[in-house]
Amino acid sequence: MLLESTEKNMSNETLITGKKAENAIKESLFLFTLYICVTIAILTLMTLIYDVLSTGTTRLTSDYEVGLITKIQIDNPVDFLTTLDSRYPDRAGIGPAFAGTVWLMIIVVSVTFPFGTGAAIYLQEFAPKNRLTRFIELNLTNLAGVPSVIYGLLGLAVFVRLAGFGRSVLSGGLTLTLLILPVVIVASREALKAVPDTIRQGALALGATKFQAVFRQVVPSAIPGMVTGMVLGLSRAIGETAPLIFMGALTYVNYFPDTPLSGFTAIPIQVYNWIGYPQAEWKETASAGIILLLGLLLIMNSLAIFIRNRYEKDL
Amino acid sequence: MENVNNLRNQLTKTITRPIEKIVKFFITASAFAAILISISIIFTLLTEAINFFQDPAVTFKGYFTATRWTPTFQNPEYGVIVLISSTLYIAVIACLISFPLGLFSAIYLSEFATKRTRKVIKPVLEVLAGVPTVVFGYFALNWITPNIIQRFIPGTGVFNALSAGIAVGIMIIPTVASISDDALNAVPNSLRNGSLALGATRRITSLKIMFPAALSGIIASFILGFSRAIGETMIVTIAGGQYPELNLDPRSAMYTITSSIVNVSLGDTPHGTTAYNALFALGITLFIMTFILNIGSDYVARKYRKEYE
Repeated sequence: MLLESTEKNMSNETLITGKKAENAIKESLFLFTLYICVTIAILTLMTLIYDVLSTGTTRLTSDYEVGLITKIQIDNPVDFLTTLDSRYPDRAGIGPAFAGTVWLMIIVVSVTFPFGTGAAIYLQEFAPKNRLTRFIELNLTNLAGVPSVIYGLLGLAVFVRLAGFGRSVLSGGLTLTLLILPVVIVASREALKAVPDTIRQGALALGATKFQAVFRQVVPSAIPGMVTGMVLGLSRAIGETAPLIFMGALTYVNYFPDTPLSGFTAIPIQVYNWIGYPQAEWKETASAGIILLLGLLLIMNSLAIFIRNRYEKDL
Repeated sequence: MENVNNLRNQLTKTITRPIEKIVKFFITASAFAAILISISIIFTLLTEAINFFQDPAVTFKGYFTATRWTPTFQNPEYGVIVLISSTLYIAVIACLISFPLGLFSAIYLSEFATKRTRKVIKPVLEVLAGVPTVVFGYFALNWITPNIIQRFIPGTGVFNALSAGIAVGIMIIPTVASISDDALNAVPNSLRNGSLALGATRRITSLKIMFPAALSGIIASFILGFSRAIGETMIVTIAGGQYPELNLDPRSAMYTITSSIVNVSLGDTPHGTTAYNALFALGITLFIMTFILNIGSDYVARKYRKEYE
């Protein structure tokens, strides 16, 4: 009885004093604003993907004709992937750029993985806690925030000029390595940090040296996390455009690179190139290139997530 | 006693094999590479920039007072103020977009979203963060400009600061959102629960308790976002155009530091020419700007971590 009457009183009060009603309105308005903000972020991504897909797929499906005069030359993904660039938008393929990106990926992985994981193992397992170590860490934090275009200038001065590699795929790969090294080191350290201390202590208790404990017990358990970090770093590297412009990747390169010292172009550079042409047909070719780039990134990110989910439970 | 020492020596001999020494040397060297990279960035930028200022056509005063940036013209002028003002202008537009959207998304994620919605929205933001900047540039030029800017502000050119700024803003939403989200999550739950227990609504709790408590982390995310916007290259190169004179009209093309670095390097710039050296002068200008902002962001972020440890 008593409860019922208080409830009644309360609801009456809500009706009478406008203050609570006003508060309720404010409350829902606030939540509404938050919804809008989140929705805008999601909608933008959707619009971007939809726009690229709708423009680019017409270029990659076979029943497509330009007006009544010419039938399009490259109309399926395989041809697009293997054909050379062209002066005509309907004949332009992304072959050399795709090959260039593959070259870059090989160079980046083979240099970044040993140095990145090595630095991470030293910093996480061996480094003394002193000023020097803190200085290295400070450097890493700052390097991660340096704009990519500055790494391009560094690569131009160091790899292209000083080391004499010229404007080659090797210079490009090494520049991208510098760019993602801080990211990979931080990710690998996180992976090592996640290995429980009991594994270290167990190995040491059984008479292993520090070195044996780290390299036979800790590092093998951290490998999946390190690989995930590497893949994420790599996916950042293949989307980078600005640093590669200094490696001469934007000059008209219409051949497949055959040695580390040959000139090259890469997918994002090729896309940038195509965006620059004013004719509408080039927009479709550029979109097709973007679809390829986003597809590659999607595959790599899925791979990273797969490795993380598959192996992390074993710890 | 001697026996013990001998035994110890024998033991250590078997333990530290040469391969271990090599590996240890290698990993130590890798870690010190971080310092080497920093030093070589500063060294290369500085030496070439010093060469730039030694050119008789360039004066230190002209670099900071001239109002045109035309390094490849017959009578070159090197007014970096044009570039700095364009860079800051586009960065401010980007911040006007990304600060509210990023912060409110973070508040929604940490204070209102259920675990399930969080699981959907977080990956979406991560995907947005992973989109290459050249794709955002394409989007700014071929979608934002014709469908938004030119529709609402007729007569705007193909290349304009507004569209580039909006695209850069969208690009840095995930940065602002994820760092702000971390900051809000780092606030002890007792503060949130205390506020709710005293009868505050969730809006009041978010705005009057959580927001001030996480303020330093949120500010750190804003500074880092601003720094990202300044260093962003491809979006402004593709969609921002190249207008080499001082102007503050958002509808007109602009010329940022990064896009002029790209454009100068695209032209014929052999090693040792003033235009080549100008690249590095711009590089160090950009490096100093982002460096100060990054240090500032790190300093503010460190402060808030201490508060709740």
